[in-house]
Amino acid sequence: MSSNIGVSHPHDSAPLHASGTAIYIDDMPEPRALLHAYIGLSTEAHARIVARDLSAVRTAPGVVAVIAAEDVPGVNDIGPSLPGDPIFADDVTEYHGQALFAVAATTREAARAAAALAVIAYEPLPAILTLDEALAREDARVLPSRLIKRGEPETAIARAPHRLRGTLRIGGQDHFYLEGQIAVSQPGEQGDMLIFSSTQNPSEIQHLVARALAVPDHNVVCETRRMGGGFGGKESQAAIPAAISAILAALTKRPVKLRLDRDDDMVLTGKRHPFRIDYDVGFDGSGRIEGIDFVLAGDCGFSPDLSGGINDRAMMHVDNCYFLENISILSHRCKTNTVSNTAFRGFGGPQGIMAIEYVMDEIARHRRRDPLEIRRLNFYGDGPRNVTPYGMAVEDNVIGELVEELARSADYAERLQEVAAFNERSDWIKRGLALVPVKFGISFTAIHLNQAGALVQLYTDGSVLLNHGGTEMGQGLFIKVAQVVAEEFGIPVERVRVSATNTSKVPNTSPTAASAGTDLNAKAAQAAAHAIKQRLAHVAAGEFGVPPTAVIFANGEVIGGRRRMRLAELAKLARMQRVSMSSTGFYATPKIQFDPVSQTGRPFYYFAYGAALAEVEVDGLTGEYRQRRVDILHDCGKSLNPAIDLGQIEGGFVQGAGWLTTEELWWDASGQLRTHAPSTYKIPAIGDLPPIFNTRIYQSGRNRENAIFRSKAVGEPPLNLGIAVFLAIKDAVMAFAASRRPCSLDAPATPERVLMAIERLRAGGAASSDEVPVPGTAAGRPPDAEAAE
Amino acid sequence: MPVGRRAVLGTGTAAVFIAGVAPGPDAAAGETRGEATVATVTVELHVNGASHRLTLDPRTTLLDALREHLALTGSKKGCDHGQCGACTVLLDGRRINACLTLAVLHDGQPVTTIEGLADGETLHPLQAAFIEHDGFQCGYCTSGQICSAAGMLEESRAGMPSFVTADLAEPQPPLTDDEIRERMSGNICRCAAYPNIVAAIRKAAEIRA
Ligand code: FES
Ligand code: FES
Repeated sequence: MSSNIGVSHPHDSAPLHASGTAIYIDDMPEPRALLHAYIGLSTEAHARIVARDLSAVRTAPGVVAVIAAEDVPGVNDIGPSLPGDPIFADDVTEYHGQALFAVAATTREAARAAAALAVIAYEPLPAILTLDEALAREDARVLPSRLIKRGEPETAIARAPHRLRGTLRIGGQDHFYLEGQIAVSQPGEQGDMLIFSSTQNPSEIQHLVARALAVPDHNVVCETRRMGGGFGGKESQAAIPAAISAILAALTKRPVKLRLDRDDDMVLTGKRHPFRIDYDVGFDGSGRIEGIDFVLAGDCGFSPDLSGGINDRAMMHVDNCYFLENISILSHRCKTNTVSNTAFRGFGGPQGIMAIEYVMDEIARHRRRDPLEIRRLNFYGDGPRNVTPYGMAVEDNVIGELVEELARSADYAERLQEVAAFNERSDWIKRGLALVPVKFGISFTAIHLNQAGALVQLYTDGSVLLNHGGTEMGQGLFIKVAQVVAEEFGIPVERVRVSATNTSKVPNTSPTAASAGTDLNAKAAQAAAHAIKQRLAHVAAGEFGVPPTAVIFANGEVIGGRRRMRLAELAKLARMQRVSMSSTGFYATPKIQFDPVSQTGRPFYYFAYGAALAEVEVDGLTGEYRQRRVDILHDCGKSLNPAIDLGQIEGGFVQGAGWLTTEELWWDASGQLRTHAPSTYKIPAIGDLPPIFNTRIYQSGRNRENAIFRSKAVGEPPLNLGIAVFLAIKDAVMAFAASRRPCSLDAPATPERVLMAIERLRAGGAASSDEVPVPGTAAGRPPDAEAAE
Repeated sequence: MPVGRRAVLGTGTAAVFIAGVAPGPDAAAGETRGEATVATVTVELHVNGASHRLTLDPRTTLLDALREHLALTGSKKGCDHGQCGACTVLLDGRRINACLTLAVLHDGQPVTTIEGLADGETLHPLQAAFIEHDGFQCGYCTSGQICSAAGMLEESRAGMPSFVTADLAEPQPPLTDDEIRERMSGNICRCAAYPNIVAAIRKAAEIRA
């Protein structure tokens, strides 16, 4: 039994976190002559900048440099794959809060005070502020629309015995990583620039900064030891502070630190995409779906950023666990004059899963059945009922068994009755229950990103230094990869040290995203360690007089025949024999391919599964609710580190529940974000936890594919489990209606929105969702949730 | 202690004095604040058992004094608005958001930060429990969680009731998980390591009980 794999080693920085000695970028000792930067933000959602008077900024005390678009030495654009994200707005500002200029001064306070002295004259242009407005205008797109279609959805829907149409609006979500965006840039000689950036994507920072500075990539090094949370928010958005600090550093020849204020961070940087989902579904009397049509409108904000991949992933997750034979998924990538929305844990997948789960719930209401029954009925099965709308066979499906196990262990059937009985006798408080299954595709849908590199070095004292392209943001990547390398050398994990991610050690890496950090980087590190081990085996074989294949690495020792020596001794011997003890390793995910034209292929190496059962209680007089109990069963394959994985599952679930319940982004009529601090933007607090919270790893889990030690990715999939809380609230809301009328409830289901839904039901009118504006959809279209049989 | 800036400058505690209204010595020392050069005050901070005499802009928060002037960067700045708890430290054993209070208000008062909780090499029971129970993911909220928990355990031990305490007359309300959650609700963890935070605090409370 290995002491490294499948063992709950604590996070690699655990003692540092508990003692306050982990060094984040803002904690680093400040270099000599450091300047502090502050960004001047636009105060118009869409306007021509007719005059920009920065003279008072320049002459303010302490100011050393002021820059705007014309001062960018190279390209004034940090779009991650497509252009469209200027570092500084030039002639036109496209959202309220866009960067217009930046100041470097001797103190942060001086820089901030100086920035306030700018005089900007705007000529307002027509602004598109809501998703509905954008959807109605075909020119308001950041990217062309896409369609995935299979079978004959129109005919199947029309012929089906029952039909439902409706609209669901889902709000965005701010990442609220507890450590805000930050970068420190240090100029070197001959155009060199060293950037410490809180980023999930150091290689991209290197590349974008080099482009902005008009220097070759080899002049720029980006280093990231750790982030205080990322959640996707530091995948592309970290380039804003990195690029601005680097340009200021190049100009002033002094190091420059740029740490965004929390409020500025929330206004300036992108968020999860709000979605509007229109569905039209036909089904039979038992609730089996015969045909379905989805129109997914994603609010991308003003630029493409990563919106292509995000909307693609939404399209590829509307099937969730269900075989949808006749289906049309039309995806519009809408442009609004709001901040450019970006990656957020799940990358569009959760919006897709939310769409179909909402529909499942509506079908169940319509058929007056237990929603779980409807879900089971529609689950993927054996071929040919196992092919996704994008043509990939689901070969590793465990959702049926997993859901049964959860339903049993959490007493689903009994509790359905208990909840019904409670609701029967309680007028003002109602309870609701929902069991939601999740299937989530693992791999970047941009196939080329599915690669990783690592560098492993063994020293003559037997200690190992490991570097790889992945970044640590709390998810436990570093300890997992260290476990894999330790396993390869047969040494305790303490003998492996993971150093900061650095673009000069491992080049051309992919972002740490798509849950794939461990899958990719652990494989690359394993390959590197393996290469060194092979060389050492030859050295040991010569020494022991056995064939290299007979040499074993275990328990810190190297064994061959009757002889053994410590790894450190062998390393010394290898050095004497002039054998290299450093190696790179590389990994590219096999099997995956996707044809963007036909929208078919195998975009995912495998799927991760999970399910959550949530029970809530809703107060009919206030709309307030609380979670009473949550049970989760989640598939991590053969978990590399159960403690780390459990943390990801619980954390993901809570974040998903927050997204759909209390986290409301609210823009005013001028396009200004008004919820830009934790006082108004409510992320889940410790008191929001359900008092009974059972999380378990699915013990029969095993990755069918040859992922690292048969484990599965765990970063994003559990976020989707939060949908259970939303649907449990919806279930409770429905219980307030005497007759089981359809009730639309948009997300986030804030107490306000819940109360409105209850009031509508009480008033007896058709429930609609129009009273409370969803972020980005203030001018919502008339409701069209209706039974159209 | 709700004291505004005006009150600080007007009344000040005895040990706080205005160092001079003349322009500060140099910009690099941090006295240039964008407008004109400002007055500074000298304050004696007792942090983790050591005493430090600092000359500060009177508007310097306790958090900035710790982080920027004493290089005690364990306390984090999550929001700078008193809304996240990442900057929680102990003042005379009671928890406070260091970003919401001015350094000059705490002349001579003992301040304990995360760096001062351990007893030499021996971790504070809360620190050990947070490690044992994985009470963190990214770690950015952790110093604040641990300091807050330390203050909270004292409050609970002193019999202070909370919003969820059923019987306010009870001299020593039991520290249930519900109580822990309520009393820790000022410390946000975006990674939502909450279940493990509760477990760690429960463990530390049992050890010390
Ligand atoms: S930084 Fe002090 S409470 Fe957030
Ligand atoms: S551990 Fe990341 S915010 Fe708490």
